[in-house]
Amino acid sequence: METAVFLVFALLALGSSLVVVAHKSPIYSTLSLVLTLFSVAVLFVLLGAPFIATLQLLIYAGAILVLFLFVIMLLNVGREEGIPGGHRAQLVAAVLGALAFAVALWLLLRPALGAAGTAPLTEELVSLSGLAQELFAEYLLPFEIVGLLLLVAVIGATVVARRPTADELAGGVLAAGGAAGIGGVAGAGGMGGPGSLSALDELEAAESTAASWAADADRAGGGARPASFPGGAEPGARP
Amino acid sequence: MSSTIHLVNESLTVPVSWYLLLSVALFAVGTAGALTRRNGISIFLSIEVMLNAANLALVAYSRQLDQRTGQILVFFVLAVAAAEAAVGLALFIAVYRQRRTIDINRINLMRH
Repeated sequence: METAVFLVFALLALGSSLVVVAHKSPIYSTLSLVLTLFSVAVLFVLLGAPFIATLQLLIYAGAILVLFLFVIMLLNVGREEGIPGGHRAQLVAAVLGALAFAVALWLLLRPALGAAGTAPLTEELVSLSGLAQELFAEYLLPFEIVGLLLLVAVIGATVVARRPTADELAGGVLAAGGAAGIGGVAGAGGMGGPGSLSALDELEAAESTAASWAADADRAGGGARPASFPGGAEPGARP
Repeated sequence: MSSTIHLVNESLTVPVSWYLLLSVALFAVGTAGALTRRNGISIFLSIEVMLNAANLALVAYSRQLDQRTGQILVFFVLAVAAAEAAVGLALFIAVYRQRRTIDINRINLMRH
């Protein structure tokens, strides 16, 4: 019975992880990663770690992957174009390298398991209260540091992802004088085709129009509007 | 709780090395994906697969050695993965705002 459950979910995890890395559309990759995480959570239960399995489902599949989906839809990430002929060698090299790495990892990890057979599952390993006691006694300091890390991550993510203020835009105009070539590349690098306004564009347009941004920047910097200006290039002007 | 454990023990137990083998295979799949994909988010997803493979190996060792330390380490890995995902996705949003793409072949500002 246990062997059957293991085989089913191991194959499910392996197959869905292959879909994650091989599918061209990031949405399908993310949804298939949910399946991978679920299968691995089942294996955690088999290994006597039901608490970790619950955390995996709640935090990973429940929260982190929703964040991924949210960002994919916000950025309007399209399908990846097929790998051009020049990159075929890269694909082969990556697969061979990963295989060699897996063999090395296996040779390294397997001896650490020891020759002894698997002992029966003890109740001590499975018990949640034992885990909590160890976590809040022996590992209390790391636990609190992780809390601090999450706080810093929240603040950092907010700062990085927020819209630039008018002052920073003015600084960007000054700096963009020497970066006109880069801006041209950015304009040509748009993933969306002509007229495909992404959700982010609409969001920005709803909060403050690109015209008012440009007016702010002109007032502050007096410089020409760079091509890399967020929302500055008209969608129709992009190739 | 004890009855379920008893039930598991009665049947044939899967060797822990099988879990380790699966973990190594998942890690290799994630590595190949992170090396070949060009979409930033897909690379991120491949890295999540690798993280999960490492978690599986940790829990497998915890089972074999009959110690909880591996599970506690996985707990911390989960928390750090959450922080990493938040900051990484925020970086992608910032990059997209500037360059209108998250294709890593086109984000090559540092190369010039």
